[in-house]
Amino acid sequence: MAEQITIYINNKAYKVDPNQTIMQAADTLGFHIPRLCYHPKLSIEGACRVCIVEVEGARNYVASCAFPVSDGMKIHTNTQALRKARRDIIELILDNHPQDCHTCERDGNCELQRLASSMGIRARHFEGPRKRYEKDLSSDAVIRDPEKCILCGRCVRMCSEIQQVHNLTQAHRGFNTVVMPAYNMPMGESVCTACGQCINVCPTAAFLEKNYTQELFEKLNDPALVKVVQFAPSVRAAIGEAFDVPPGRNMEGQLVAALRKLGFDYVFDTQFSADLTIMEEASEFLERVQNKGVLPMITSCSSAWMKCMEQFYPDLIANVSTCKSPMSMQGAVTKSYFAQKIGVDPKKILSVATMCCTAKKYEAARPELMVDGMRGVDIVVTTREIAWMIKSAGIDLLHIQPEEPDHPLGMSSGAGAIFGTTGGVMEAAIRTAYGLYTGQTLVDIEIKGIRGLKGIKEGTLEMDGKEIRVAVAHGLGNACKLLEQVRSDPGRYHFIEIMGCPGGCVGGGGQPYAQCNTIPLDDEALQKRAQALYDLDRSKTIRRSHDNPDVQKLYKEFLQRPLSPTSHKYLHTHYKPKTPLGIIPAKERQSGV
Amino acid sequence: MTQVTNEKMDQVLGFIDSISQKPYVDSYLIAVLHKVQQLYGYLPQDVMDIVAEKMQIPTAHIWGVATFYHYFNLSPIGKHTLSVCMGTACYVKGAEKILETLKKELKIEVGQTTEDKLFTLQEARCLGACGIAPVLMVDDKIYGELDAKKTVEIINQYRKAAGK
Ligand code: SF4
Ligand code: SF4
Ligand code: SF4
Ligand code: FES
Ligand code: FES
Repeated sequence: MAEQITIYINNKAYKVDPNQTIMQAADTLGFHIPRLCYHPKLSIEGACRVCIVEVEGARNYVASCAFPVSDGMKIHTNTQALRKARRDIIELILDNHPQDCHTCERDGNCELQRLASSMGIRARHFEGPRKRYEKDLSSDAVIRDPEKCILCGRCVRMCSEIQQVHNLTQAHRGFNTVVMPAYNMPMGESVCTACGQCINVCPTAAFLEKNYTQELFEKLNDPALVKVVQFAPSVRAAIGEAFDVPPGRNMEGQLVAALRKLGFDYVFDTQFSADLTIMEEASEFLERVQNKGVLPMITSCSSAWMKCMEQFYPDLIANVSTCKSPMSMQGAVTKSYFAQKIGVDPKKILSVATMCCTAKKYEAARPELMVDGMRGVDIVVTTREIAWMIKSAGIDLLHIQPEEPDHPLGMSSGAGAIFGTTGGVMEAAIRTAYGLYTGQTLVDIEIKGIRGLKGIKEGTLEMDGKEIRVAVAHGLGNACKLLEQVRSDPGRYHFIEIMGCPGGCVGGGGQPYAQCNTIPLDDEALQKRAQALYDLDRSKTIRRSHDNPDVQKLYKEFLQRPLSPTSHKYLHTHYKPKTPLGIIPAKERQSGV
Repeated sequence: MTQVTNEKMDQVLGFIDSISQKPYVDSYLIAVLHKVQQLYGYLPQDVMDIVAEKMQIPTAHIWGVATFYHYFNLSPIGKHTLSVCMGTACYVKGAEKILETLKKELKIEVGQTTEDKLFTLQEARCLGACGIAPVLMVDDKIYGELDAKKTVEIINQYRKAAGK
């Protein structure tokens, strides 16, 4: 470790590590310098200048997010002149920002509001020329509202650096700059994977999920419908944050109770169908291993990853598991097995999914996933949307008596719970594949090597003398790196798990906005959410999917066995390439070039 | 890979090949886009796609560059390019009025092309004819000492020549 240096902040001396920026050093010392375009996971743009500080001897204020500390440096973070300069910067942004807070979805959750408030801006002096742009409502999942954009560039960097989708760019220049996909294509036709990570990092309401809360409230009041809801593992691990609970508290019981209070007749758990997915997926994997099928097999439960795969890795379609995602499996059995059980016409069932994910909205609308001409899931709402609905309905989430999910689609093993975090699907699959293959029980079921936030993780496992090599990637950028390896060395792995979002579903594009003075997608918060799921796993007596008695019952009464024709009809699907011309697709080729 | 048979496209691809030997291919993107514009008169989206694939640069990034610089046309240009000089001398002598006249007469904004594909309207910096300001250049022909009426007359001449 390099020797520490001395810096002075506001006339007090501190020992800090060299080779860091002023902002990083200040953060460790308890000074939170305001910031806007900076995000620790992204490259430094240094464009907004909200983070300026005074460095003695420097001619101008310096951007603390980009400026390195040096020995003896004298920094001021809070002089009168600096406060005014910073305030001017924010006022300039506000000048051509809509005065819409009361009717804005980010009201109360907006970084721009927080900045304005912390600067003490109490009047708007100038009303500059306002930008006027149409909202882009073309996508089933992600809405773009350029009027709310303050050009911090975080979404563009997120989409290209972390997700490597490269859907967004800052087009045009100066006052006319707009964040948009190539050719100003509608989001719904662009290469957007609907992952929602741009929403997560956007400080304002310029990116939002397509909101279905009003429609859902309406349907919840329709007496002709049987209302069924499922909720994903990582919703319970994060929803507390929308109610100011620190990250990592499992709110499962409270959420179930709140969903019932909202008017759902049956509250099921997506963890049940995560177990079901594992039954199918592990069986499919073993079949491929035994019959020399296409390997490595790649998981298919992440909807953003599926769109990414169809566009950028169509050559790997045969490697992708034919299993639908847990959400879609749950939807399919809700409208078949469960509908029969309660003797209700499936068309009378309202099937709702509460998801940590925006891409699930896109997935639910995919025609490939329909069974008998019916969608398995009618409405998908994100963790944010359901949190808002709970508040809006006056339900006191933090103080209600916890309740349990309903049978027969509500019981889950610990393996189902860890589906929500990177490495979890693999771990769950291994627990079951090992059992099915060897007829024995895997003793050491916690597979530590594939846990945690490292971008690409590897592991090996021995099944009856056969070495199985697995790999796990989270975030589409890491997935791309791993898949390039697969392309060049197809024999390297047998089984690969991919989740489209950083940290897996716990970091999904539909999770609660970052709390005050925290950063979106903060690693510590992601780890705490994941830990909540690992703790849930530990707390269960049943920790392997194939031991879930309700899953066993479903096979006995309806599906027969994994990979049976009935299973195939309801639980599997096939994807087709969406081959783009160019590395990013345009609309249908119109002219012959 | 994309099947490209067109001659112009071959030239673009050849050009990219000729520079791909050099380091920092990315910085040649602008040169490539110039080449495309030279050949096609504007930057067709299909061609940008092929450039993206060939150079392995995301289309969104190319779009960002293409829209950043005013000299790239993003849609097909008309038969005649009208460049209204907005240099200081012309500005002082009422260039803005000439521009407004053209916008009204042609019902287009700067950077756009008339529906009949006859005219594309552009702004120019000093054309070196300050003595006869305000100045309009049609393709490479200069017209000076203009007012609204004369401007419309010029437009009508070209319309007549095109049989419109
Ligand atoms: S984005 Fe933020 S500042 Fe802008 S209108 Fe919405 S809440 Fe207000
Ligand atoms: S949703 Fe994901 S893929 Fe789509 S623009 Fe946002 S970050 Fe990019
Ligand atoms: S859309 Fe949001 S994240 Fe992207 S540049 Fe605008 S304000 Fe920043
Ligand atoms: S946060 Fe440092 S310049 Fe934007
Ligand atoms: S300013 Fe118009 S020609 Fe010089």
